Amino acid sequence: MSRESIFDCVLILCLAAVPIWAHFAEEPFIITLATRAAIFAIAGIGLNLVLGQGGLVSLGHATFFGLGGYAMGILASHAQTYMPLSEWPILIEGTKSMPVIWVVALLASGIAALLIGALSLRTSGVYFIMITLAFGQMFYYFAVSWSAYGGDDGLSIYLRNDFPGLNTLDPIQFFLIVFVWLLVVWIFTATLIRSPFGLALNASRQSTERVETVGINPYHLRLTAFVISGMITGLAGALFADLNRFISPSMFSWQTSGEIMVFVILGGVARRSGPILGAVVFIALEHFLGGLSDYWHIYLGALLLLVVLFARGGLIGMLLGRERVHE
Amino acid sequence: MPYLLIAEQLLNGLQFGVMLFLMAAGLTLVFGVMGLINLAHGSLFMVGAFSAAWVSGVSGSFTFGLIAALAASAAAGALMEVVVIRRLYKRDHLDQVLATFALILIFSEGTRWVFGSFPLYLNIPEALSGSVTLPGGIRYSLYRLTLIVVGLLIALGLYFLIAHTRLGVQVRAGESDREMIAALGVDISKLYTIVFALGAALAGLAGALVGAIQSVQVGMGEPVLILAFVVIVIGGIGSIKGAFVGALLVGLTDTLGGLFLPPFFELFMDASAAASAGSSLASMSIYILMAVVLIVKPTGLFGAKG
Amino acid sequence: MNKPLLETRDICKSFGAVRAAHKINLDLRSGEIHALIGPNGAGKSTLIQQIAGGLIPDSGSIHLCGEDVTKQSTVSRARLGLARTFQVSALAMEDSVLQNTLLGAMGKTRQSFKFFGAAVSEPTMRSMAEHALERVGLIDYARSRTSELSHGQRRQLEIAIALTLNPKVFVMDEPMAGLGTEGSQQLTQFLDGLREEAPILLVEHDMDAVFALADRISVLVYGEILITGTVDEVRSNDAVREAYLGSE
Repeated sequence: MSRESIFDCVLILCLAAVPIWAHFAEEPFIITLATRAAIFAIAGIGLNLVLGQGGLVSLGHATFFGLGGYAMGILASHAQTYMPLSEWPILIEGTKSMPVIWVVALLASGIAALLIGALSLRTSGVYFIMITLAFGQMFYYFAVSWSAYGGDDGLSIYLRNDFPGLNTLDPIQFFLIVFVWLLVVWIFTATLIRSPFGLALNASRQSTERVETVGINPYHLRLTAFVISGMITGLAGALFADLNRFISPSMFSWQTSGEIMVFVILGGVARRSGPILGAVVFIALEHFLGGLSDYWHIYLGALLLLVVLFARGGLIGMLLGRERVHE
Repeated sequence: MPYLLIAEQLLNGLQFGVMLFLMAAGLTLVFGVMGLINLAHGSLFMVGAFSAAWVSGVSGSFTFGLIAALAASAAAGALMEVVVIRRLYKRDHLDQVLATFALILIFSEGTRWVFGSFPLYLNIPEALSGSVTLPGGIRYSLYRLTLIVVGLLIALGLYFLIAHTRLGVQVRAGESDREMIAALGVDISKLYTIVFALGAALAGLAGALVGAIQSVQVGMGEPVLILAFVVIVIGGIGSIKGAFVGALLVGLTDTLGGLFLPPFFELFMDASAAASAGSSLASMSIYILMAVVLIVKPTGLFGAKG
Repeated sequence: MNKPLLETRDICKSFGAVRAAHKINLDLRSGEIHALIGPNGAGKSTLIQQIAGGLIPDSGSIHLCGEDVTKQSTVSRARLGLARTFQVSALAMEDSVLQNTLLGAMGKTRQSFKFFGAAVSEPTMRSMAEHALERVGLIDYARSRTSELSHGQRRQLEIAIALTLNPKVFVMDEPMAGLGTEGSQQLTQFLDGLREEAPILLVEHDMDAVFALADRISVLVYGEILITGTVDEVRSNDAVREAYLGSE
């Protein structure tokens, strides 16, 4: 087993061990923190696929995070008021079932990623950054003015949604759901990165010409990656909404996009566990520094600045050095 | 629809547009000359607004406030450039985005720490309060009219600066060929600091001027920054002319969208639903405009590079 | 003679006032090596770009295997059977040599949208890639990081990738550069045998290699073809001497 694989295992085991310890120590807040970290890690893994492998600096991933959240909020709010979403031409009722919500969240964010990606990927470089940012804002303003679902104030869901056989209101059981999703997403992307598709995507980041010259269309690679990436981040949004039992336009805000990017970079861009470490460190900083000072974002900013300027490759890069080639 | 209302909204759109231009001009210059994407440009807008509000509050003079805004934002810009930004010119866009995102966190929280979370207010100067009657019987705020005039004058001045001065020659040379200006013996790092500080001063000025018609608070810079991005994407990155045209288009789309879209939707839905859908669409219309421009010209109206 | 596999008809390309290509007619027939030579700035790279699909000519047309590809993308030209190597290596520098070669195999077998299974353990593609690396003599470096290769080795890797595509036409942009005497002799020998698989349009500065390999030579000067002919015809042409060797 390579050093990186050992590191990955230890990291994931720690993320599981802390809430289990907290469960027996009766520290539900710690479990909630770990759940938050795991959800952010999922969102980061989604972004890392386009950012790390595809070299596409999307500053609009909040769009998908928010869509996932609103998919949950809309379905659950209709279920809680017993008002169908639509009666004609077909009857669509709200639902409190997590699996159904996840499917809707994945579909909604996937379709949005397909449309946004198809348009944004016509451009490159700095245009791409600004366009993805602008699409995020477009959804943000839409959510702000969509008064049917709370507009600016957001929307509360009184009870967490249901999962067959589990009591989702028990923090450790909800953590379990999120943790299983994290494992699924992590294994899926780790496999994807090594697959022919992952190899081609990674090569398209390093040399577009090379990929074109062997007859592979880089646009198709990037669009596919963008859709998968958007769906994963959308799933994270649905889970995040369920964790808080609350949605608001801030899920769509550009700060959310920036924070998802911070998880990836803090941990280590293009490293398969970078987003997990980044999210864990982010939550830990938020918890400890936030306890010391109301203005902890100053320290977060300073840390981020130091990592970008002096520790390229993020924390994993510092700990493990450069990734081994040809594993 | 009453013609006076339309005229007033047109002027509002123009006013919004020229202020956006002040923001976009700095961004597009910095990108054109140094190849840098600066998210923290919105923080300089905020620095300008806070300096103006605080100094004019203490001194009682709007003019002192404006001078303070220019000085503080230019100084903050120069400092930012020397300490952080110049390490980023050779980095990729991702590093630039992250480092300048980090700067936003530091500037925003720093400002909150100094001034608190409550908004400050900047009063319109006595001499410019009230309204004037324009030809055609349009009554319009004198202050907003002044903003339009000031914005247009600065646009003209900037055009003159780029087209006819030594600095402008260096800037244009820097856009087309970085090695060339080094070969000509221009001190590049000084040129970069000057261009950056100039962009910062324009952003700070915009912040101070707009600060008098909205509240001055932490986070005010970023919505404007994102609109300025839309402006330069529409206009073409690196082009001052593009920034000007883009800014006016965005300004007018924003205000006219808010005016025309809700009544349009009333044609086929009830009034309250139309007001809600129409206002959503009005705030989205700018991004739809951008999408349309990009479908037609992926590098913007006047842009060449990507 | 047989029908050309690659042909340019009267292609013109200008950048502002600079005429990079003017009425260029060039063809490549099966079994031959056609060398394209000319002083620096003559427009060789621009011409290669237009043939490979990176630039679109202002006028004229390009035909590949009998099909008009003037408006087609690089990707579809590659799929039709055009394999090119780059003057400045276009490689995935962070990846291994084998992974780079696998890209070619993926392009050939159209497997770039396979999401599961590690690319390096895909048997068909792997054997295609390893076979190509063996042929160019890079098999011992298969697991090395590409950025650790010398410039000459990168050229060889480019050729290996082109080989995996099993193309109908090779277009090679200065494959000898950076190889040293021994290396270029080996490569000369290799290309000599390769022409039986597919004809080669060879842009090269190494005149020993060009004279040893070329069935025909075209001389490009200021965006125009001065002459196309056999080695002897070109060598004895006065205009070529004047334009190309004028300084000697």
